[in-house]
Order: sequence, then C-alpha cells, then structure tokens
Amino acid sequence: MNAFVPRALVCTLAAVGVVLASARSHADSGSRTPPDPAFLAECGSCHVPYPARLLSAASWRTVMNNLDRHFGTDASIDSATAATIRRYLEASAGAGRKVSADPTLVRVTQSPRFLRKHDEIPASVFGSEKVKSAANCGACHAGAPDGRFSDHDARIPR
Amino acid sequence: MVKAAILALVAGAGLALATCAVAALTPGDLLKGYEASARQDTSSFAGFSVERGRAFFQSTHGNEWSCASCHTQNPAASGRHAKTSKTIAPLAPAANPERFTSTAEAEKWFKRNCNDVLGRVCTAQEKGDVLAYLMQLTPGGGR
Repeated sequence: MNAFVPRALVCTLAAVGVVLASARSHADSGSRTPPDPAFLAECGSCHVPYPARLLSAASWRTVMNNLDRHFGTDASIDSATAATIRRYLEASAGAGRKVSADPTLVRVTQSPRFLRKHDEIPASVFGSEKVKSAANCGACHAGAPDGRFSDHDARIPR
Repeated sequence: MVKAAILALVAGAGLALATCAVAALTPGDLLKGYEASARQDTSSFAGFSVERGRAFFQSTHGNEWSCASCHTQNPAASGRHAKTSKTIAPLAPAANPERFTSTAEAEKWFKRNCNDVLGRVCTAQEKGDVLAYLMQLTPGGGR
C-alpha cells in the first residue's frame, strides 16, 4: 500500500505530463511532425534525440538496420518499438540537397546541415571540457532533450 | 479537428497510465524470475550472491568496459555514458524507484549492456547476482 501510493501519484503526474507535453508540441511545432514519444524515450536514453531532418530516410534505414552495432554499442530494441521509431524517422527525415545522398552517412554531426549550421563554431568549443563532443547537443541547446534546437536558446558553456 | 486532438490527448494519458499499470512489478519479483530461470539452467543453483554481483559489476571481464564504466563504482549515484557523456539516472532501486520495475526494460538493458561489456548475453545467475547486489545498496550507496 505504502509503495503503491507514490507510484499512483507518479503515474498520474506522468499522464498529466503527456497531456501538457503533447499540447505544447502541437502548439509550437508548426507543420513539423512532433518527435515520436518512443523515439524520444528510446534514442534519448543514451544520447540526445537527434533531429530526424539531419539525415535522409535511407540513412535512417541504415541506422535502424544496425542497432545491434550502433556506434560501438548494442542498442537493439524490440521489433514493435523499432517499427514505430523507423516510421517516425522516415516520415521526418530530411530530403533533397539539405541532406547527404549517401545512405552510409549515419553520423548526424557529419551531415551537411549540421556542418553548415555550426560553421562559425571553433573546433576548440566542441573539444572543450564542458562540451566534449559535437554529439553532445545538450551542452549548448537546452531544449535538446525535448528535440528543440532553436538558434535563439543556444548558449556555449564557458 | 479539436475533437480529434482531445481524443489524442486522452489516449496519450491513458497510455501513460496503462504503461504504469504494466510496470507495477518490484525488483524482488524480477529476482524471483531470475531465480526460477537459474534453477532451470543449473540443477546445482545455490542462490544469488551480493559479493559475486559486486565483483561482476566492477569487472571489465577482459574487455574495455565494466558496468561501472557508465554506472560508476556507486550505482546509487548518477552515472555518465562512457561514449556520449549523457547523465544516467541511478541504477540502485533505493536511489531510483523506477529501476527494475519492468521485465521488458530490465531484459532490454541486460541484453545490450552485457553485449557491450562481456560480448555475450548474461546468464540468469549473473543477472540475479547483480540485481541482488544493487537491491541491498542504500540511497547513499552503502549497505
């Protein structure tokens, strides 16, 4: 009973959170598909849930087909969740000249859009103690855990 | 349109509650499951060992990483992903009540992380030893 009460409270708050979060993402996302909850939860458990538009659908397929060998780690997930995430990534992927046509390009930090958006950032920032890696989006983009990467709230930590 | 949005919100809330209902499992329940599997694996099963679990958790098993590489030597504290630097919430149930409350989640992470650390899946004996070690830690990390 004692253990149940906090859990029920946490679950109720989680349910309210889902309502508020989805209301917010519908309000400020414009025409862009809001990040899929399974994508945010699963991909976001080890790293920032990177913006789907940085890679082509073909690149995302390469990523999703090799989750058991994902940048040196095993990131495999059950097939139902994988299918949900794959659908979201393919629907939200970048297209045309904004993304690389090379389906083996799977590092978002090597994508044309990422490189162009960060061309004024010196390499020393990415290697600094507080940032450590170009893949550590959250070091500068406070909204990164929720899939928000606006230029306006980007701050380089000093 | 508005009706559809409201319906989606209610469905989302329902899903969150349903997920919680499924997750109403305790670490002790999971340990019992590993015990049943371990008994099936070996007829000579002689229980789980906190000390063996601690040693297993801290060993690199001849490879690059140990469990502690990301979860630290104190699994009741926050860890840090060895590659991405992302903060990892505490693993010990005393410090993080969400841990080991879903068989699917526990099995997902054991599969991935055992592959990363040992290059193979873990046995029920090994999982049970590690869980027994984690379950007896206090929120401060001691016993």
